[in-house]
Amino acid sequence: MKEVTGIKEIIKPENLAYRKSGILTDEIMHYCPGCGHSTTHRILAEIIEEEGLQHDAIGVSPVGCSVFLYNYLDIDWQEAAHGRAPALATAIKRLLPEKFVFTYQGDGDLAAIGTAETIHTCNRGENILIIFINNGIYGMTGGQMAPTTLPGMKSSTSPFGRDVRSMGNPLKMTDLVATLPGTYYVTRQSVHTPANVRKTKKAIRKAVQYQKLNRGTCFVEVVSNCPSGWKMTPTQANSWMEENMFPFYPLGDLKTPVDTSEQQSNTVKND
Amino acid sequence: MERELRLMKGNEAVAEAAIRAGVDGYFGYPITPQTEIIEYLMEADPYQRTGMVVLQAESELAAINMVYGGAGCGKKVMTTSSSPGISLMQEGLTYIAGAELPCLIVNVARGGPGLGTIQPSQSDYFQSVKGGGHGDYHLIVLAPASVQEMADFVELGFDLAFKYRNPAMILSDGAIGQMMEKVWLGPQKERTTILPEWATTGKPPTRKRNIITSLELDPNRQEIFNLKLVAKYNEIRKNEVRYEEFHCDDAEYLLVAYGTSARVCQKSVELARDKGIRVGLLRPITLFPFPVDPVNRLADNVKLILAVEMSAGQMVEDVKLAVNGKAPVHYYGRIGGMIPTPDEVVENLKKLITEL
Repeated sequence: MKEVTGIKEIIKPENLAYRKSGILTDEIMHYCPGCGHSTTHRILAEIIEEEGLQHDAIGVSPVGCSVFLYNYLDIDWQEAAHGRAPALATAIKRLLPEKFVFTYQGDGDLAAIGTAETIHTCNRGENILIIFINNGIYGMTGGQMAPTTLPGMKSSTSPFGRDVRSMGNPLKMTDLVATLPGTYYVTRQSVHTPANVRKTKKAIRKAVQYQKLNRGTCFVEVVSNCPSGWKMTPTQANSWMEENMFPFYPLGDLKTPVDTSEQQSNTVKND
Repeated sequence: MERELRLMKGNEAVAEAAIRAGVDGYFGYPITPQTEIIEYLMEADPYQRTGMVVLQAESELAAINMVYGGAGCGKKVMTTSSSPGISLMQEGLTYIAGAELPCLIVNVARGGPGLGTIQPSQSDYFQSVKGGGHGDYHLIVLAPASVQEMADFVELGFDLAFKYRNPAMILSDGAIGQMMEKVWLGPQKERTTILPEWATTGKPPTRKRNIITSLELDPNRQEIFNLKLVAKYNEIRKNEVRYEEFHCDDAEYLLVAYGTSARVCQKSVELARDKGIRVGLLRPITLFPFPVDPVNRLADNVKLILAVEMSAGQMVEDVKLAVNGKAPVHYYGRIGGMIPTPDEVVENLKKLITEL
């Protein structure tokens, strides 16, 4: 009896150190152990809650591993065809300009089949947030080569490693969109350590707040892992990501808002 | 803006009618022979007039997916294109049908296959009425035969699209898009501020979240959804058949033709009747739903039916299904961007009569 009372003493709002965001539903996530998607979902949910945007948020989910994202965050959603999320988001934002509109897309969706939509949406400077999860592989279909697969990296469609002479080079979409005048804030982050989670949360929060300024597209890449597709344990995958992905896709801001006087010159800042 | 009589191209009439119908958004990409639509809209500055958003997309793929996004918000949104562009939109259209979103697509058709010709054609009939993209679905398809109907069907298309939560298409062709006729334009309507309860508008505390999707991994649930669509299409077949009869009461022979072909056949009927041949014309106005019962009923009293279309013989299949063996059904058409003349149709009819 004494012990039970003790627990009740402890479970008090003032003792609460951490809780699940109210925006996250109770649906069980389908992601593999160690995958960066669930962490990024949580960050997004927390920011939507903390910024008071639940009633204004309209998300567009992609085709890929995060296709069921609409099951996990308690906001309004549209599910796009493969690669077309930025086109949907363009119309949503133009027709409901006071709402917070974002897409969440993987590398196959955003950097292969949806390349045109990504570039033109960013180039028009649509006032939306694009969250880009880059794990260098097609996860949902079982580990095929993606536009972002590193040179020499093995996948089920590059079983002897990506040969850039015949398969082309990995595409750095984030670097590309940072050069476009339509983008306002472009950054590359990761979610594999608590410190990086905090940095990513800060970056996404900035992007969410910038949308109110109507200054253009905000683009947040999250370099992530795919333990199942890479055929590694979660910890191996994170080490491999640090050793191989980060040198090719360096973390940090690629374009930060400049003050009003400089804004017209579309300066690209590299950190 | 009051009701007004204007002399306009079919393409311009669609554009002006869209503004006046209170459409919220237009997303398009230039392609001959319908480019006047987006040009007219840009020139008319509808954002100033009504708040209507007009955006030139980077491709037809993007345009139809912008329509998906806007329709998912419960807004009245539309796109227009011509055959090759409509082919590109088929992916978006099947997703829109699968997500049950109302919207309007206008096809100012030209001849194919491939890049084909920029001249008018009716060779997109199958693509329009049988689905077009993958999966079991239908569009509601309206076939205008005049500039007036190009204008009128904008509002009718949206009414039907919202009534059934289904994409609607105006299937016209380059002749109707390019020709000039007098047209009565309706008064300016307000854009609606009340959005449907299923729309993604940001989730208020009072309702559950809305999800616009066409994805269902469980085949049991997908089948239930497919059956719901089938029931909807049957409801549309029951309620929305539209057609026009021209001299059918005493007809011994029947022409079936829509759109531009129907305009030609109207003259053919007059020419044939001058020669004492009692011909009637049934003009389907809705191609889906096809006027099955009216065609079947007329088949009881005629000796011969001739389907006239600017394709290699597409609608004729639906005519045969409707007639169900009651009378011989023949096809006559010109293809590749050619338009049959009224005399040609009469000559072919006379030849068929002598062979009876």
